[in-house]
Amino acid sequence: MSETPKIRLRGLRKAFGEKQVLDGVDLDVRPRHSMVLLGGSGSGKSVTVKCILGLIPPDEGVIEIDGQDVAKLSRRERAALFDRTGMLFQNGALFDSLPVWENVCFKLLAQRRLTRRAARDRAAEVLAQVGLAASVGDLWPAELSGGMQKRVALARAIAAQPDIIFFDEPTTGLDPIMGAVIDGLIVDCVERLGATALSITHDMASARRIGDDAAMIHKGRIVWTGSAETLGHTGHPMVDQFANGSREGPIQMELRR
Amino acid sequence: MSRALDLLALVGRAAFAALGGAGRIAIFALVGLSHLVRPPFHARQFWRHFVEIAYFSLPVVALTALFTGMVLALQSHTGFSRFGAETALPSLVVLSITRELGPVLAGLMVAGRIGASMAAEIGTMRVTDQIDALTTLSTDPMRYLVAPRLLAGTLALPPLVVVADILGVFGGFLIATLQLGFVPQSYLDATWDVLEAMDVISGLVKAAVFGFLIALMGCWCGYHSRGGAQGVGQATTRAVVAASILILAFDYVLTAAFFKQ
Ligand SMILES: Nc1ncnc2c1ncn2[C@@H]1O[C@H](COP(=O)(O)OP(=O)(O)O)[C@@H](O)[C@H]1O
Ligand SMILES: [Mg+2]
Repeated sequence: MSETPKIRLRGLRKAFGEKQVLDGVDLDVRPRHSMVLLGGSGSGKSVTVKCILGLIPPDEGVIEIDGQDVAKLSRRERAALFDRTGMLFQNGALFDSLPVWENVCFKLLAQRRLTRRAARDRAAEVLAQVGLAASVGDLWPAELSGGMQKRVALARAIAAQPDIIFFDEPTTGLDPIMGAVIDGLIVDCVERLGATALSITHDMASARRIGDDAAMIHKGRIVWTGSAETLGHTGHPMVDQFANGSREGPIQMELRR
Repeated sequence: MSRALDLLALVGRAAFAALGGAGRIAIFALVGLSHLVRPPFHARQFWRHFVEIAYFSLPVVALTALFTGMVLALQSHTGFSRFGAETALPSLVVLSITRELGPVLAGLMVAGRIGASMAAEIGTMRVTDQIDALTTLSTDPMRYLVAPRLLAGTLALPPLVVVADILGVFGGFLIATLQLGFVPQSYLDATWDVLEAMDVISGLVKAAVFGFLIALMGCWCGYHSRGGAQGVGQATTRAVVAASILILAFDYVLTAAFFKQ
C-alpha cells in the first residue's frame, strides 16, 4: 500500500469510568473509498467516530487524517480540517429551533460562504439531491417523518461539500425501502463529491450496498477488515455469525438466565 | 476523636467540591464572555433571547410588582399607624421597591421562566447530539449558544426592573390614595423627595447581575446535563434553584457594597 490512508487510527483507547469502550482500535480508511464499520450495539462504533471528529478526547492512541496527527494540529488547523468534514448523526440531531433550510445550510452560513438569501436557494438544491421538494425547506424538523428527517440530516451533512463524511447508522429505524433509498443517496453523494466515507451500520444489506471495504469492531478492537462484497462468507467466524445473525458462534451475548 | 475527624473530612471535602464547582462555572462564564469581544457575534441568537426575556416576561414581572407595591402599602400602613408614622409610607414603598423588591422579585420570576427554558433547551440539545452537531458544522457551541444568552440576560433585566419599579410604586400609590386616604399630589411629592439616583442605579446594577446569573445557571446546567429526558428535567430544576439562591446571595453582597456606611 503506497497511498497514505485518508484516516488512520492506531491504538485508540477510551474508557468511560470503569468501562473500557475502545481497547486499541487500528483502522485505515482509503481515500475516496467507502468503509463500513460493523459491530453490535454498544461496541463503541459511535465513540470511534466521535473520537475522530474530536468530539470525545481519546485516552490514548493516534488519529491521523491525510497523514497528519490530529492531536498535533493547532486550533486553527484543526478547525480548517473539520470545515471539510461532514457528519450524519445517529438520531439526526437536527436543530429544532431552526427551519429545515437553515439546518441544511447551517455550515455554509457559519463559514460565511453564503448570504441568508442565497442560502435558501442553495438549500432547495441540496434538498433536491436527497429527493425532497423545495417546500420542505420551510417546515420545522419536528414536522417531518423519520425518513424525511434522515434525508434532511443527510442534506445537512453534504451541503458544504465535505471531503470526508461520517454516517452513523443512516438507515436504522427506517423501513427497508426507505433504507435502500437512503443507501442509494449516500452512494450518489459520496461518488459525486469524490469523498471518503466512513459509515456505521449493523444492517448487512446496507453494508454491502454502501461499502467498498468493511471492518468489524468487537469488544473495543477491530477483529476483521476486508471487502464489503464478501460479507456473509468471509470465513471469519465472528463476522459470518454477525452477518448471518445467528445465535450460535463466537459472539456470546451476556444474557442472564 | 476519629468521629470528629471524619466529620471534618466530610465538611472539607464538601467545601472543596463546592469551590471546584464554582471554579469550573467561573471558567465556563469567562469562556462564554470571551466570545463577546471577538467576532463573529451571533446577533440573531442574541435578539431572540433578548425579546424572549425582556418582552415576554413583562406580564409576569408587571403583575408581581403591582401586587407587591399594593401589599407593601397595606401592610406598612397597619404597622405604621400604631406609631402615628403613616407619613413614612410613600418613602418606604419607593425605597423598598427600587432598592430591593423590584430587582429581586423580577429576578426570581425570570429565573423561573428563563433559567428553566434555557436549561431545558440546551439540555435537550446536549442529549440529542445537537451540541456535537454544532461543532461538526464549524460552529463553537460556547459562542453560538452561551455567549448570546449571557449578554441577553444581562441586558434584558434592567429595563424589566424599570417597569417593575414604576408599577410597584404605582401599586402602593393606588392603595394609599384610594383606600388609605392619602392625597395623591402629596403622596407623589413625598415619593420624589426621598428618591435618590443611587436607589434606582443600585437596583439596575443588581438587575444586570441577576440577569447574568440566571442565564449562566441556565446555560451551565443545560450544557452539562446527561441522560435522557430525566437528565434534562434535573438540569432544569437545578438551574432554577441555583439561580434563585445565587440571586438572594448576590443581593446581600451587592446591598452591602452599595450602602455601606
Ligand atoms: N458520553 C458517554 N459517557 C459514558 N458512556 C458512554 C458515553 N458515550 C458512550 N458511552 C458508552 O460507550 C459504549 C459504546 O457506545 P457507542 O459507541 O455509542 O455504541 P455503538 O457501537 O452502538 O454506537 C456504550 O456502552 C455507552 O454506554
Ligand atoms: Mg451508535
